[in-house]
Amino acid sequence: MPRSGPLDAALSAGGLHSRLSDAASGVGVTLRGVRRIYPTGLEAVASLDLTIEAGAFVAFLGPSGCGKSTLLRLIAGLDQPTDGSITFSRAASGASVAFVFQDPHLMPWRRVLENAALPLELAGVGERDRKDRAMAALEEVGLADAAVRYPRELSGGMRMRVSLARALVTRPALLLLDEPFAALDELTRRMLDDQLRALWQKLGMTVLFVTHTLSEASYLAERAIVFSKSPARVVADHTLALPREREHALRSTPAFLAEEQTLYEALVRGEAT
Amino acid sequence: MGAFLERALPPTLALGGFLAIWEVLTRALDVPAYLVPPPSAVLAAALQEPSTLLVGAMTTGRAALVGFAFSCAFGILAAITLATSRRLERAFYPYTVFLQTVPIVAIAPLLVLWFGPGLRAVAVSAFIVSVFPIIANTLAGLRSVDPALRDLFRLYGASRLATLVKLELPSAIPEIVTGLRVAAGLSVIGTIVGEFVAGFAEGAPGLGIVVLTSYRQLRTDVLFAAVLTAAGLGFTLFALVNAVGRLLLRRWHASELSR
Repeated sequence: MPRSGPLDAALSAGGLHSRLSDAASGVGVTLRGVRRIYPTGLEAVASLDLTIEAGAFVAFLGPSGCGKSTLLRLIAGLDQPTDGSITFSRAASGASVAFVFQDPHLMPWRRVLENAALPLELAGVGERDRKDRAMAALEEVGLADAAVRYPRELSGGMRMRVSLARALVTRPALLLLDEPFAALDELTRRMLDDQLRALWQKLGMTVLFVTHTLSEASYLAERAIVFSKSPARVVADHTLALPREREHALRSTPAFLAEEQTLYEALVRGEAT
Repeated sequence: MGAFLERALPPTLALGGFLAIWEVLTRALDVPAYLVPPPSAVLAAALQEPSTLLVGAMTTGRAALVGFAFSCAFGILAAITLATSRRLERAFYPYTVFLQTVPIVAIAPLLVLWFGPGLRAVAVSAFIVSVFPIIANTLAGLRSVDPALRDLFRLYGASRLATLVKLELPSAIPEIVTGLRVAAGLSVIGTIVGEFVAGFAEGAPGLGIVVLTSYRQLRTDVLFAAVLTAAGLGFTLFALVNAVGRLLLRRWHASELSR
């Protein structure tokens, strides 16, 4: 990948990313017997085995509160499993991970550019360099014009794109998204779906995308994993038989609708168990 | 200019009306001047004794500023320290409430014993009265940082110091400013009360002393003028803090938008 030169130098400044040799491609994730029981006794994730290959785009589907967000936090290292292990395909667990929340969660006192540059700033990248790269990330999500504005001056969709740019600025090997576009209107959401898919094709990172919208999961992902209601168990692990190039017309084709129906039936099964 | 008039005119008219009614009533009802002097007499007294009031304002203002500065420094540092651990907060926070509830008039004689009469004891009195709102508000601000942003900082391996400087303090600024606003007014009140007990020192008497002496001489007009000067002092300090707050928050915080 052409970007890896200056990127490596930058990443090695931060301990978390230092073991990555090529940050611009995906990392595989393996979960073995992962359980998460909260101190309250609530079991959010029940003994889960899952292999996600490097560079995959996987959707996590399931009813609200089923534990799929917990799973994402476990993979990100923001929460620790009670049992089991989570390993990454590259040496050690030093994968560069980025996380996009349901809401943009920008820092309101910082301009858009400084928000997007935050991960680099925390990794100790110099000011010139990080601003250049934050600007490039903003260009990727089509927000270069908004760089000097404050978050409150932007629409909800634009804020979400800043959040996406902030996640992409480190060229993560693993991008985790927790229902990122759920609060947006349909038009904006579809536009962001397209942008995300295009960025994935361009950058090749592994993407795990939590959603409870069937059409979004079918449209975006290569593979959809459907979870039962809490505690999360895998009800269906389904590879979507859809073309790699996706556009809106696809949504009304029989193939697409059939995939949606398959996922719907799995969701119903998960709710019943 | 039109917008300024629109904002400045109503309170000015209200004040003018109030003073006019006061003036007319005291004259019409022939109220003794030692009870309620008419505004014109207060103004005359102020013009008659400008140096007393000016020197008083300087002395009181200096003590209030010193107390307030210590409140800011100590209050914010104390809140940062308490915010580092729940256990620490549980251990010490209840006792900071003591600062809020201690009757400052009752403790002021102690301050004279410990610090001697004059600026130091008075400033300590201002400090005691004004520090609690800063601690409480700063702590609340540090505690209410967006948890998702905390997660983000953890994810990117941010150090404790980076999290404090880049996340916690900036997001607590609105609450800190609120605390400072309250503390600004309180520090002048604490100074005046402190002066009642501890202000009899060498040199320039503060406004608290001016209030006491004019009371003993039944110079109610001077007393009124001193009280108004003290109120003006508190207001000036408050306005100063407000201006700083606006400068810090105007670009991003709802409290300072569209004003």
